[in-house]
Amino acid sequence: MSEPLLRVKDLTKAFPIRGGLLQRQVGSIHAVDGVDFQIDAGETLGLVGESGCGKSTTGRCVLRLIEPSSGEVTFDGKNVLALSGDEMRALRRDIQIIFQDPYASLNPRMTVAAIIGEALIIHGLAKTKQQFDERIAELLEIVGLKADHMSRYPHEFSGGQRQRIGIARALAVEPKLIVCDEPVSALDVSIQAQVINLLEDLQQRFAIAYLFIAHDLSVVEHISRRVAVMYLGRIVETAPSRALYAAPKHPYTEALLSAVPIPDPKVKRQRIRLAGEVPSPANPPSGCHFHTRCPIAEARCSQEAPKLKQSADGHWVACHLR
Amino acid sequence: MGHYLLRRLLIALPSLLGISLILFVLLALAPGDPFGELASNPNIPPEVREALRVKFGMDDPILIRYFHWLVAMLHGDWGFSFASRIDVDQLILQRIPTTLYVIGTAQLLALIVALPVGVYAAMRPYSMFDQIASTVAFIGFSLPTFFTGLLLILIFSVNLGWLPFVYRADISASGWQWYWEYIKQAIMPIAVLGLFQAASYTRYVRSAVLDVIRLDYVTTARAKGIGERKVIIKHVVRNALIPVVTLVALQMPTVFGGAIVTEQIFRIPGIGSLLISAILANDTPVIMAVTFVFACLVVLFNLLADIIYGWLDPRISYS
Ligand SMILES: Nc1ncnc2c1ncn2[C@@H]1O[C@H](COP(=O)(O)OP(=O)(O)OP(=O)(O)O)[C@@H](O)[C@H]1O
Ligand SMILES: [Mg+2]
Repeated sequence: MSEPLLRVKDLTKAFPIRGGLLQRQVGSIHAVDGVDFQIDAGETLGLVGESGCGKSTTGRCVLRLIEPSSGEVTFDGKNVLALSGDEMRALRRDIQIIFQDPYASLNPRMTVAAIIGEALIIHGLAKTKQQFDERIAELLEIVGLKADHMSRYPHEFSGGQRQRIGIARALAVEPKLIVCDEPVSALDVSIQAQVINLLEDLQQRFAIAYLFIAHDLSVVEHISRRVAVMYLGRIVETAPSRALYAAPKHPYTEALLSAVPIPDPKVKRQRIRLAGEVPSPANPPSGCHFHTRCPIAEARCSQEAPKLKQSADGHWVACHLR
Repeated sequence: MGHYLLRRLLIALPSLLGISLILFVLLALAPGDPFGELASNPNIPPEVREALRVKFGMDDPILIRYFHWLVAMLHGDWGFSFASRIDVDQLILQRIPTTLYVIGTAQLLALIVALPVGVYAAMRPYSMFDQIASTVAFIGFSLPTFFTGLLLILIFSVNLGWLPFVYRADISASGWQWYWEYIKQAIMPIAVLGLFQAASYTRYVRSAVLDVIRLDYVTTARAKGIGERKVIIKHVVRNALIPVVTLVALQMPTVFGGAIVTEQIFRIPGIGSLLISAILANDTPVIMAVTFVFACLVVLFNLLADIIYGWLDPRISYS
């Protein structure tokens, strides 16, 4: 089997909690707690979980926009965490990121051309003004905008258009991987579909791999070949999209799936309501993080953290009981 | 933009008129009489005093007097200072350069200190540097200038004898010596005013930068592979400056107000000390003119804040 494009092993990130008069560290938030996954070239991995479970942190650690506490990130055979500052900046050509909030992710004082083109200049991809303009026009057309939009400012665009500008910006350097951090969550439902279709088209045209982060399963279903479900800093289940939807194994995935509406009104799914709140990542439960809310938990679940085990072909689940 | 400016100026006119009317009425109703001293002078007969009052129209109804003042002022006649015995506009023109020099340099000093310190502190929140900077800024912000001013005079003029504590407009030296004296006497007032402003600007710059630095477009800039220095200057500071510039412009009236105190302490012959001595001497035309100049400055700097804001922030259009 060939080496995957991105391999993440045992990634952890703990944010310090500061308190007291001198702002000393008084604890830590275990935002990401031993995450493993891999992404092949040109494929999409969906990363799903409730708000605060550490999805964004995971995505940013991959690009070292947040420095991970420990773990391994291998991209294209390179050990990403060992790269120097200059090497890391060079690698930024290959990995890009798109954010959730189309309003906060574009610098309001820069024109569209400057936003999209800045990376072209940094990485020496446009030698002349003419090349630069042609490339911007091309990128704008690729994402479904017009070339004459390039001299405008972000505030002159709608949310969906802004997200397209963000996508054009990420595409500019021809990356091999784009981390999409909830790229459609802030958009209207009708526009969500357009943006997802655009991302799918781009993947086909340019063979880009995506780490597609979302907080609900229905969004990732279409776009992902495989899906990883995250709970409180850990991945609890990962499987090919279809297998996960047809036969979820982890009780948390079952609960998440039961909340996804089914378009066919004749089919009714039993909605599983989870008891209690998500525990705080500053003080996660012992053993399996999910045991406090799990409908089937047993004594050992609170003592021993389950490892991801392969239960069927490509279907991995971290549960003592499944 | 031109239309917008014109509209703003047209709106400013009635408010300036209103301000001047209120000032005028207040001053007219206030106790005290510019010729009060003459009453106790046995060499001046009461008839002469009465004639003076009539000559300056001081016994007319208030509104008529206001109207006279307004018409005269619009013709460029700002009145006559009873105390200094010269025209008010000349008096103000004599005093204003000193004030502008001291305040302008102090503002420059404040920004030169506050921008790098505030930005650096925000880049490493809760670091040693940040904590020290915040504490010093807090102390500086809490100490009134009349206290720090007197403290500096005590240390550098009285004890060490390095710097003069009286500011003189007529320095007797010439050549380089003149410049040196000129700078030397301005050091303390500029330091007092400038560092006081720097303290409040530092806190403001820090929080403005903190607001911007966590935004996604800054992370995006890093993800593009831009070096950290350039990310901070081009993406963070340029956006954080928008509220800071506005604050600085809007603070200017307060700064002029604060300068009154500083001018008094260091005996700077500026427009602020002119106002104080005019108040003490019941010199109504001067009080009226100086306060009106302050009012115009407030309106002017508000307008300036708006213009700079629109110039810095493409989201605002003045069409
Ligand atoms: N810079 C930070 N400093 C301290 N704590 C942080 C920081 N960033 C994230 N956290 C904490 O880490 C945890 C995971 O955050 P993260 O943003 O990764 O969640 P998420 O899964 O992306 O959630 P959402 O769906 O709301 O975007 C949260 O509890 C959050 O409060
Ligand atoms: Mg997130």
